[in-house]
Amino acid sequence: MSESEAPKTARAIVIGHGEFSAGLASAVQQITGMADQFICLSNTGMAPGDIELALRSHLSDGVSVIFTDLPAGSATMAARRVARDRPELVLVSGVNLATLLDFVCSSGGSPAEAARGAAERGRASLVVLERH
Amino acid sequence: MGILLYRIDDRLIHGQVVVGWGQPLDIGLLVLVDDLVASSDWEKELYRMAVPPEMEICFADVETAIRDHARYAGDPRPGILIAGDISVMHRLVTGVKAIGSINLGGIHHRAGRKEKLRYIFLTPQEERELLALEAAGVEVTAQDVPGARAVPLAEILGGPD
Repeated sequence: MSESEAPKTARAIVIGHGEFSAGLASAVQQITGMADQFICLSNTGMAPGDIELALRSHLSDGVSVIFTDLPAGSATMAARRVARDRPELVLVSGVNLATLLDFVCSSGGSPAEAARGAAERGRASLVVLERH
Repeated sequence: MGILLYRIDDRLIHGQVVVGWGQPLDIGLLVLVDDLVASSDWEKELYRMAVPPEMEICFADVETAIRDHARYAGDPRPGILIAGDISVMHRLVTGVKAIGSINLGGIHHRAGRKEKLRYIFLTPQEERELLALEAAGVEVTAQDVPGARAVPLAEILGGPD
């Protein structure tokens, strides 16, 4: 598993395939300098139970949001198992850069509210641009 | 069409299955064989929500899968049958007697297992089960995604150990 050291300012976990989370965090850092809000995890080479353990070990106070890459991915499945007994947890799958940028820039409200708003922003950022 | 891939993968339904294999094979049917999942509504819902709408997923314990295998094999949609471990697939192969090849897609590290490939870790007992399957005429290869090379069992067992 590749993972970043958990920063004290972390508000959310980002987990996905390969270097997905580290890549997104790198982009967030380049744009905003606020990637320290994320704990980045990869599911590479991990059994389902190990992914779940890794998530649980990082869900300390102040972290109540998990962003995952693919709705059908093993990271999302593990996160859903974690969320089953942590009702305060907000899980957002299908995360993209626009979602994370909105999340780190949100100032008011709880992390859960920020995650819900960020998900809407991420969804709206998917645009097909064609010549007309 | 029937079942195009009999896969052992401890992650069961996940990206490699739904997207990696599912898209190029145009999979319309997933059969998840697992006694625990088949007995839990929560587990079934967990996996059902991970499957795109163009795919149907059905759940079976091993005995049910043996009984219903002819129906899966006769389904007009291309399908993948998934088991979470070698012993489940071994029981299925023994009961069905019509499975010619098995794909090892992901068996990850745990106590007692040794690394054979990047995504395949086996205990001595699991190695014996795979050898027994091959001795029974079943082709066993490891291949995590369609673009990768299918690694034959002899090569797997001669892995980095």
